[in-house]
Amino acid sequence: MSINLEELVKTAINELETVAESGELEVLRIKYLGKKGIFTEQMKSLGQMDAEARKAYGQILNQAKNQFQQALQARKIHLERQALDARLRSETLDVTLPGKSLGKGGLHPVTLTLQRIEKIFAGAGFSIAEGPEIEDDYHNFEALNIPATHPARAMHDTFYFDPHTLLRTHTSPVQIRVMSSEPPPLKILAPGRVYRCDSDLTHTPMFHQVEGFWVDNEVNFADLKGIVHDFLSRFFECDIAIRFRPSYFPFTEPSAEVDIGCVICGGKGCRVCGHSGWLEVMGCGMIHPKVFAAVDIDAEQFQGLAFGMGVERLAMLRYGINDLRLFFENDLRFLQQFH
Amino acid sequence: MQFSEAWLRTLTNPDIDSKTLVEQLTMAGLEVDAITPVANAFSGVCVGLVLGVAPHPDADRLRVCTVDVGASESLTIVCGAANVRDGLKVPVAMIGALLGENFKIKRSKLRGVESFGMLCSAKELGLAEEAEGLLELPDDAPIGLDLRTYLELDDQCIEVDLTPNRADCLSVEGIAREVAVLNQLAFQPWLPEPLSLGHQHSLAVNVDASAACPRYLGRVITQIDQRRGTPLWMQERLRRSGLRSLGPVVDVTNYVLLEMGQPLHAFDADRLTGAIEVRMAREGESLVLLNEQTLALKKDSLIIADAQQPLALAGIMGGRDSAVTDSTQTIFLECAFFHPDYMMGQARRYGLHTDSSHRFERGVDPDLQVRALARATQLLLAIVGGEAGPVTEVSDAEALPERAIIDLRRSKLERVLAIDSQQFPITDTLKRLGMVVTEADQGWQVQAPSFRFDIALEADLIEEVARVIGYNQLPQRPLAVPAGLAQAPEGQLELARVKASLVDIGYQEAITYSFVDATMLALLQPDLAAIRLQNPISKDMAVMRSTLWCGLLNAARYNRNRQQSRIRLFESGMCFIQQTDTVLQRQAIAGLAMGADVPEQWAVSSQPVDFYRIKGDVEQLLALTGHRYHFEPAQHPALHPGQSALISKCTGEVIGWVGALHPELQKKFELDAPVFLFELDQALLLNRALPKFDSLSRFPSVRRDLAILVADAVTVREVIDCVHNSVADTLKDVWVFDVYQGDGVPEGKKSIALAMQMQAHDRTLAESEIDAIFKQVLADLNAQLAAKLRD
Repeated sequence: MSINLEELVKTAINELETVAESGELEVLRIKYLGKKGIFTEQMKSLGQMDAEARKAYGQILNQAKNQFQQALQARKIHLERQALDARLRSETLDVTLPGKSLGKGGLHPVTLTLQRIEKIFAGAGFSIAEGPEIEDDYHNFEALNIPATHPARAMHDTFYFDPHTLLRTHTSPVQIRVMSSEPPPLKILAPGRVYRCDSDLTHTPMFHQVEGFWVDNEVNFADLKGIVHDFLSRFFECDIAIRFRPSYFPFTEPSAEVDIGCVICGGKGCRVCGHSGWLEVMGCGMIHPKVFAAVDIDAEQFQGLAFGMGVERLAMLRYGINDLRLFFENDLRFLQQFH
Repeated sequence: MQFSEAWLRTLTNPDIDSKTLVEQLTMAGLEVDAITPVANAFSGVCVGLVLGVAPHPDADRLRVCTVDVGASESLTIVCGAANVRDGLKVPVAMIGALLGENFKIKRSKLRGVESFGMLCSAKELGLAEEAEGLLELPDDAPIGLDLRTYLELDDQCIEVDLTPNRADCLSVEGIAREVAVLNQLAFQPWLPEPLSLGHQHSLAVNVDASAACPRYLGRVITQIDQRRGTPLWMQERLRRSGLRSLGPVVDVTNYVLLEMGQPLHAFDADRLTGAIEVRMAREGESLVLLNEQTLALKKDSLIIADAQQPLALAGIMGGRDSAVTDSTQTIFLECAFFHPDYMMGQARRYGLHTDSSHRFERGVDPDLQVRALARATQLLLAIVGGEAGPVTEVSDAEALPERAIIDLRRSKLERVLAIDSQQFPITDTLKRLGMVVTEADQGWQVQAPSFRFDIALEADLIEEVARVIGYNQLPQRPLAVPAGLAQAPEGQLELARVKASLVDIGYQEAITYSFVDATMLALLQPDLAAIRLQNPISKDMAVMRSTLWCGLLNAARYNRNRQQSRIRLFESGMCFIQQTDTVLQRQAIAGLAMGADVPEQWAVSSQPVDFYRIKGDVEQLLALTGHRYHFEPAQHPALHPGQSALISKCTGEVIGWVGALHPELQKKFELDAPVFLFELDQALLLNRALPKFDSLSRFPSVRRDLAILVADAVTVREVIDCVHNSVADTLKDVWVFDVYQGDGVPEGKKSIALAMQMQAHDRTLAESEIDAIFKQVLADLNAQLAAKLRD
């Protein structure tokens, strides 16, 4: 018995077309190709045919079966792609919605500045030293050539605990502590908090300094100028105008203040630089022979340079901060501007 | 030090403009702080003579004046000043004069009378802050002369911020000397001319403390007439130096102070009794100062006294009762050298600071007194007349500062400044600075001038040379580093890494003051003795912090008050702890969390931060160290008793605390939501264990879950320890994945769900082995913690 294979294939393919989900294709596969499927039955029926008819019918039956199988496969691929497309469509997100967040933190601008300063000097072999913040008179003043009655003491408004104990007014006592305990050559950077009994628009009773010093056989004033120049150029990341101005610190001689061309107005003169075109950023000098004497370093053999800078001042210039007091108010609206 | 540029230029007048002059001073170490014009930028004002004053027909207070301004016709000017009178010379702003940007003098009618200009007060010309009436000009002021020319008003006040070593520049002469050196000009200070004495009267002077007062000069001047007043030119110079006119005698002493840097003092000679005594104060003596302040004199304070009583605090301030008054006719003029070694700190002992003490403690030229006294005498006689008597001088040559000879070695100079000294005129430079210079084999022998107290060492001379050459002319060389390899200590965790870790989980770094409010600190750490500042800046910054929590809590409140609902702050800094004899200063790192667990966001539901969040934050930091730390329930006065943990190493070393702020403190500190805190010892935290490799097992690991019921009081740590001890060898890890109380769990109990991961190095664990371990664990838990398997 033979059926109209052409009709059969047509019907089957039509049926395939009506299937909407790839899972349902299995039903049709079983119906046509399963153990008792229509094509399977037809194949079985071949056995009862004579050889010639079997050959002829077998050929077209195979063709019809292949045709169906291909259509089934094509339908399957089509439906799977359709399903995937639908899934992808349904899973589409608004990628402009913000991500899940633990919150954004940040470092204090003083820390950012300190870390940069330390990094710049680390490359030149400076190592970090720290000292106590509650200091004694000897390390903060006496050993630095500032005896009790020296007028330079008036430059330091000192917080006292008792006549001999105070809050350090600068990081220079670290210089004394290191030089007293380690022999030259020394290349040290001493960052930290310092305290002065002064509070107004441009002074806070606590601020940060970095003191640096280098003691070796032939360290000289040209090195001092070079180191300060290179540091400031790297800190401000430009070839900045720099001038060295004679000044006075009891613990260095010669002593200099360092001015940079105003980074706000480019040296033309503005409110920030007091219309001078220059901004004072650092103090420096060659270590005073009396300081060397206090720490038992032979001033004939060794020479030393030292420099000190206010961290808030540098941070203000670097980031354009216009009010010193913001540094210690810890207003999140301020802090969050630094990252 | 403030002075007028015009005054300076009468002493030395380099051919440079003001801007260059100021630049020169600054670059020589005499930093110019400010330059301000001495008067407003007015124009069209000249000297006028009031010829006649008539009443105003319609106004009682106004007068109609006829004023001669040197023109063909005199002007009619209506004026309201009380001191306008016939014969007075005054500044006249004529029609068209500009007194300010928008203040132009026009012809106007004042109550019906036409006025052709304005008579001016000092205030209207910007010559004074306040003025009563018209500025009265001297009788010899030339009529019609432009006032700016007459008063030399095209001048500026220059304010120099002098460093304490440059006492020699605390005078116009000193500045002039410096300017002359910088411009290679000759400089000749004022020299006295012979003076004929008017009388032979003098006061005996006994100096009983020559170490403190190596030189004392005095002279009596009689018959002075103070009504003659201070001449305008002197008033102007004083004003331009920031001093008010206080009467001719005081003005002259102030003038010489400014001109030469020598403080002088004038006593009313009629109020003195007997000889002048320069001595230390005696026990119980007191003195009423010029400023009406009564001082109980300290025993080692140098005073000037007469036979009866203390008259003045030497070199600092005179006394009220011997002071010159308007009616004084005879003065005793003192001109002394008080030694800076003595003067240092003297004024400050009494809380005083005067122009005089400022100079004496930094060092007044010990060779100046004769000249200065002559100068003051000359000025006084010219201004208030009178007769000068002979000078009494008491000097102790031994006590005068020694002018040491200093060796300046060429080699040292070159070594410090990195220069070839042959390229610079060293000898000439030193000589122009007033040094006595002898060239020697190895360099120079130098004796500093008497006014340079700051020159005592070779280093001082090297600085002088560098300064005059100009620092910016000296060589500069880039840093050539003999590159050693960097150290990389692995046992040290970098603070920056710790901070970065906190930043990454949303903490913002704060920096708070190291001094805090004593009451607040006592609430947080009642058991520690406060470390008090003697001179705090305010009451809430009076004691040193022993914990960083004070600052963080204050910062949290500050931000909550500014509508910040979620706060994460940390700080790293020093804490100060009073121990028996010493103060322990240790670095700590602390954090604070308040508000929502995560920032408000659409994808995560909002929950308040809790203990376990901040504990997790701490655990993240501790994980950086590679050391194992334990959290144990413990009591801290600042923390919630049920939500606080002491954190320590298994060795017992305590690293810090974590917990919720005690609700009572939260209320006291006016914080409107729970606050969670941690604080860790920074040195311990930065101690890092070197990672140590443990070989990996090739055999599969097995997970077994276990849910047990234990009493509420049993801690998870006890459970975990028990499991660890039970199967030490094959147990790789054990963790809690659920803790439950509620339906199905009896009252007073809790259910803990544990996961155990087991693995052996040498074999796959057999099912029977795992069962045995499981049973053992359960038996141990039951035996030690009365734990039961949950059904």
